[in-house]
Amino acid sequence: MTVVAIVCFALLGAGAVLILARLAIGPSLLDRVVSTDALLVTIACGIAVYCAVYRDISLEPVLLVVALLAFVGSVSVARYIGGMLVATEPGPDEEPVVGGSTRQGREEAP
Amino acid sequence: MSAADVVASICLVLGCFLCLTAGLGLVRFPDVLNRMHAATKPQVLGVLLVMTGAVIRLTGQPIVWMLVLVAVFQLLTAPVSAHMVSRIAYRRRHVRRDLLVVDELGTTGDTLPARPHPVHPEGDPDADEPADGPEARPTR
Repeated sequence: MTVVAIVCFALLGAGAVLILARLAIGPSLLDRVVSTDALLVTIACGIAVYCAVYRDISLEPVLLVVALLAFVGSVSVARYIGGMLVATEPGPDEEPVVGGSTRQGREEAP
Repeated sequence: MSAADVVASICLVLGCFLCLTAGLGLVRFPDVLNRMHAATKPQVLGVLLVMTGAVIRLTGQPIVWMLVLVAVFQLLTAPVSAHMVSRIAYRRRHVRRDLLVVDELGTTGDTLPARPHPVHPEGDPDADEPADGPEARPTR
């Protein structure tokens, strides 16, 4: 079972390093959302592998919390980016100017 | 190792291998939708395989139902988050249009549509947006 643990953690670690690379260089915010989601899934898989290999059930509530945190995080950030789109209506492939000033300026325009 | 341990080990290694493929796909694929396609592999199949292996390993422990609950939550929440992220990606024009085979949300011409999504004759596609959205902007 030790060999299984080493192989599993090596695969998970390599995947997590690649996901972190995308998280660092990701050109858009949505790339980072997607890679954060994948990273949390990788962490959940690691916790489950630890529980399975060592027959230790003390970390299983953490597993449930991490699985739900991935969903809540990605959905809330996606809604936030949608709000940015509605507020400023950016050009193609541009990050919009976020903030209340733009919105107020548009409302004051004739 | 008993036979159950062998099956559990195979499930765990396969699930972890899917996490590695997610990392490779996230690094190699060109745009947001392709990267979502790669990142969804461990979200559903990888988590199901790892949870199956863990349930086989932990049979008889009092808290195993929590692993099943995690798998069910993943099956329920992965489509919702993927839908929201891909919808925002399309509206923010993070989609590589030269790689699309068919674009059912856009127009049929070669030019980009003036807005990311065309006029839908059946219902308002912006019904979930705030009232001061681009639909409410006065046209001049």
